[in-house]
Amino acid sequence: MEAFKFSRAATVDQAVAAHAGATTAIAETRFVAGGTTLIDLMKLSVERPKVVVDINGLPLDKVEATPEGGLRLGALTRNADVANHDVVKRDYAVLSEAILSGASPQLRNMATTGGNLLQRTRCPYFRDTAHACNKREPGSGCSAIGGHNRMLAVLGVSSDCIATNPSDQNVALVALEATIDIQGPSGKRSVPAGQFHLLPGTTPHRETALQPGEIITSVTLPKPIAGSKQFYLKLRDRAAYEFALSSTAVVIKLSGGKIEHVRIALGGVGTKPWRALEAEHELTGKSADAANFRIAAEAAMRDAKPASENGYKIELAKRCIVRALTNATVQA
Amino acid sequence: MMFSEFLEFIQANEGAPNGKPAPTTEPSEIIGTALSRVDGPLKTTGTAKYAADYNFKNMAYAVPVCATVASGKIRSIDTSRAEKMPGVVLVMHHGNAPQIFRNGNGGRNSENRPPFEDDVVSYWGQYVALAVAETFQQAQAAAAAVSVTYDADKFNVSALLDDAMPEIGQPDGPKVLSHRGDFEAAFASAPVKVDAVYRTPVETHNPMEMHGTVAVWDGKRFTLYESSQGVINHMNVLSQMLGVPKEDINVISKFIGSGFGGKLFPWPHSALAATAARQLNRPVKLSVNRKMMFSNVGHRPRTEQRMRLGATPDGKLLGLAQDYRNHTSLHDDIRENCGEATPFLYSTANLRVSSALVKRNVGTPTPMRGPGAVPGLFALESAMDELAIALKMDPVALRLALDTQTDESNGKPFSSRHLKECLQVGSEKFGWAKRTPEIGSMRGKSKDGDDVILGWGVACASWGASRGPSQASLSLLQNGRVRVSSGTQDIGTGTYTIVAQVVSDKTGIPIDRIDVLLGNSSFVPGPTSGGSTATATVVPSIADAANNAIAAMLQITGSAKNSPFAGKTPQDLAMTEGKVHLKDKPASSGVPFEEILKGANLASADGAGKSGGLGSDTKARDYSTHSFGAQFVEVEWDPGIARLRVSRVVSVVDGGRIINPKTATNQMAGAIVMGVGMGLFEETIYDPRNGHAINDNFADYVVPTIADTPQIDVHFLDIPDPQMGEYGARGIGEIGLAGIAPAITAAVYHATGVRVRELPVRIEDVLKAKVAV
Repeated sequence: MEAFKFSRAATVDQAVAAHAGATTAIAETRFVAGGTTLIDLMKLSVERPKVVVDINGLPLDKVEATPEGGLRLGALTRNADVANHDVVKRDYAVLSEAILSGASPQLRNMATTGGNLLQRTRCPYFRDTAHACNKREPGSGCSAIGGHNRMLAVLGVSSDCIATNPSDQNVALVALEATIDIQGPSGKRSVPAGQFHLLPGTTPHRETALQPGEIITSVTLPKPIAGSKQFYLKLRDRAAYEFALSSTAVVIKLSGGKIEHVRIALGGVGTKPWRALEAEHELTGKSADAANFRIAAEAAMRDAKPASENGYKIELAKRCIVRALTNATVQA
Repeated sequence: MMFSEFLEFIQANEGAPNGKPAPTTEPSEIIGTALSRVDGPLKTTGTAKYAADYNFKNMAYAVPVCATVASGKIRSIDTSRAEKMPGVVLVMHHGNAPQIFRNGNGGRNSENRPPFEDDVVSYWGQYVALAVAETFQQAQAAAAAVSVTYDADKFNVSALLDDAMPEIGQPDGPKVLSHRGDFEAAFASAPVKVDAVYRTPVETHNPMEMHGTVAVWDGKRFTLYESSQGVINHMNVLSQMLGVPKEDINVISKFIGSGFGGKLFPWPHSALAATAARQLNRPVKLSVNRKMMFSNVGHRPRTEQRMRLGATPDGKLLGLAQDYRNHTSLHDDIRENCGEATPFLYSTANLRVSSALVKRNVGTPTPMRGPGAVPGLFALESAMDELAIALKMDPVALRLALDTQTDESNGKPFSSRHLKECLQVGSEKFGWAKRTPEIGSMRGKSKDGDDVILGWGVACASWGASRGPSQASLSLLQNGRVRVSSGTQDIGTGTYTIVAQVVSDKTGIPIDRIDVLLGNSSFVPGPTSGGSTATATVVPSIADAANNAIAAMLQITGSAKNSPFAGKTPQDLAMTEGKVHLKDKPASSGVPFEEILKGANLASADGAGKSGGLGSDTKARDYSTHSFGAQFVEVEWDPGIARLRVSRVVSVVDGGRIINPKTATNQMAGAIVMGVGMGLFEETIYDPRNGHAINDNFADYVVPTIADTPQIDVHFLDIPDPQMGEYGARGIGEIGLAGIAPAITAAVYHATGVRVRELPVRIEDVLKAKVAV
């Protein structure tokens, strides 16, 4: 860990001002909330901020109903509180299930909604400064391609980066079509969850839509779709406390035996929380049966590009999608 | 290290056979009682102090700098930036370090090359410098600021052990470790054959407590607070490495957060911390972090084992060959004894075990729970499962048919072999009779209520039984308590507790009045805790010390002036329930020993205990001494999502007399969880491009969680081994693990039809299963 300046922000404006001089959203100035990613990475000298701004004092820790019938999660709401919130459990079960499938109770007690959105990859080469990594040091190269990449992404990859977004929460937020509420030097804006994270392309160090000085203030969940069912399935080597090899969040509504509405998002296989639009397209208006689920799963993984060790994820993700759809519709 | 070498090592420690025959009387009830650990409250309240918990005034912190090449020479070390950083007091490296000596006069080291001996790097992560500062954070920052350049050289960390080498028996070719009959001829003509290669990965010891040293130098003497499985050996080795007499080193390991073999022998950080402490003339703490655990303090080496079994159609084993290789480091030849159990587990006239080493740019391997036998039994028992399938025989029935009461490798009878009973009891407890052999034929419900396919597998286990010499001191004290000490240690297995039980058995004094002192090299020499030998080794010396202290007490009773039994000879007297009384009168008529000591104005009655190694008090050398076991595993397989879980394990162990069933069961249950890790998760992966153990953390090196823990049923046969001396206890540290992995892969085959011959079983493997959902 390297020496840094530490300050506390009492208001969102103060936090924005403290960050506004930074050259990128995640360069020399960092906000710290739960600290479950940032502090670890600082200890590894992967994150080397000059300034750390503690935002735990900001009034962003409420869960509130929105006038539109949705739910607003303050950026500082703790993962454990969100997952166990009665309204979340009732109306946004996929989010509760996703959060509870991740990390450990201790980590969920600390980690926040906003922090989880900014959770950084678990790629082993990103986390060790002895190795080249375009995400950590732009232009240095990607050690994961041709290295130990069993855990890494097959969707949205580029020749510069195949790092997986490790979050479970974010997968559910994409399936729920949440919006990310942001405040910055030029005011407030909202970004759909599906567009918040960026593909690595040739700039894998740019991970989100956040600009310097911008801070996530809340995440807004839209009004739940009446009669819809939700399910989150996470597959991994061991039974608990491990990042997904493949996960699927499903929000689905049947009408007259046909699929009227379906949203599918994938975790563990993409460089960002992955919206499976092709699969949704295959299913809309069709009957909810095993054959159609498999067709959708094939469509979802059609563009997958495996690296040397992670080709198995393609078949695993297909099975994950089929089972998640099956379980969601069996409930229905 | 091979188990036989380990035996030589423990036998070589101080202490000599005492020639006393083992008692034949039955012990009191305290032996065999499921007593909770006497040190439990200290651990559950956080008051037990482990090595790195020690802090001293003026203590400095040391953090190593680790090499970032796998092979080469250090071209330059630039310490200028680090030395100017706040709090930095020393940056040590091969160019400026005081001499650290090799260990050549007894005792066993891990790496023969002392740290900083030269500029050569032979594995990624090797210590190349040491930053010492006022605080841990300052030392860490300084270590990161040391700039090292290398002339990198070619290296090899390949997981394939297929290096070219001469034929078996040729110089530099594989060594034949066991041989009888003519295997090649028998195999060539065998009607039924299995010929398969099995591979086990590098596994990293990951005890909860990482290695660490707190070195205190007082100008003449060292006190080293260590996490050591052998304080006496640690003292012997460090006295040589540091060039000071043994009496000037005191090694203390009061509590150890487990070792699994990784803490048997000293690692370089210990000499580095001590050297820095001496140079700075102040205490130095060096904690090995989790990342370094994967490079610098040993591992279970990778193995590749070709197994060939030839049989008759009715299951007679015509021949058995195990030709294996394991990797080792450039500096040290560590031979994994994969053939430990092969020569005697099953009856066959024709057998060969051969072994070869291949060099890799990795840290030096070291014993890990069941070294050799555990990877070896994975191969042997997997091959036996494949043979049973080829023969269309039940795998339990095949093993029962091949059981033998003679060790066919040397013609000796077994001292106490009950493998057959292990299989029978295990079958009963597991419900094996309900097994249908067809792949994917058994159905069940998972914990979550999902429909799953069940797979059932079995494997046998074995581990050598032995003991070395040991000493102990015991004092009956005027305050009514007993103090007993020995230079052994409790690595978390319950040694404190069983020592107290033995003392209580001999003296009749309750456990709560017995103080057991272990983990200090200034005590009389006790055993290294390894190879499942500590209990069998230390128990006879404790019993001897107790008997001698009682004899001293009776002597005092008869001769002390104010004694109620003045004038009586020891032969007239006895001590029962802590009271001295006339032998022909009940204990209730006696006088508490502390009263007699008070009357005689004596602080204590003391006894020195000494016991010899295997065969010193029995005819053990005429027998083959081993523990045995049978382990049954159920897996749940959900092909729709390629989810595989171990759901149930029954482990039956023939480990001699069990002194404490609670701590013993605890070890067996822990071994099952470790076996789940070995079977399904654990593998240290070296990046072939640079030699770095790339998954050197707990997110990427997967170990089982509580959620992965199956339903566990442990059963001991509890049959004393007449050749193992006092109480007939063998060791149980290793055997609980020995059959778990092959039983898992057998169960996986039964569920999925996929035969996994390379551990661990991964989702990638079972995704290939053809069994329908």
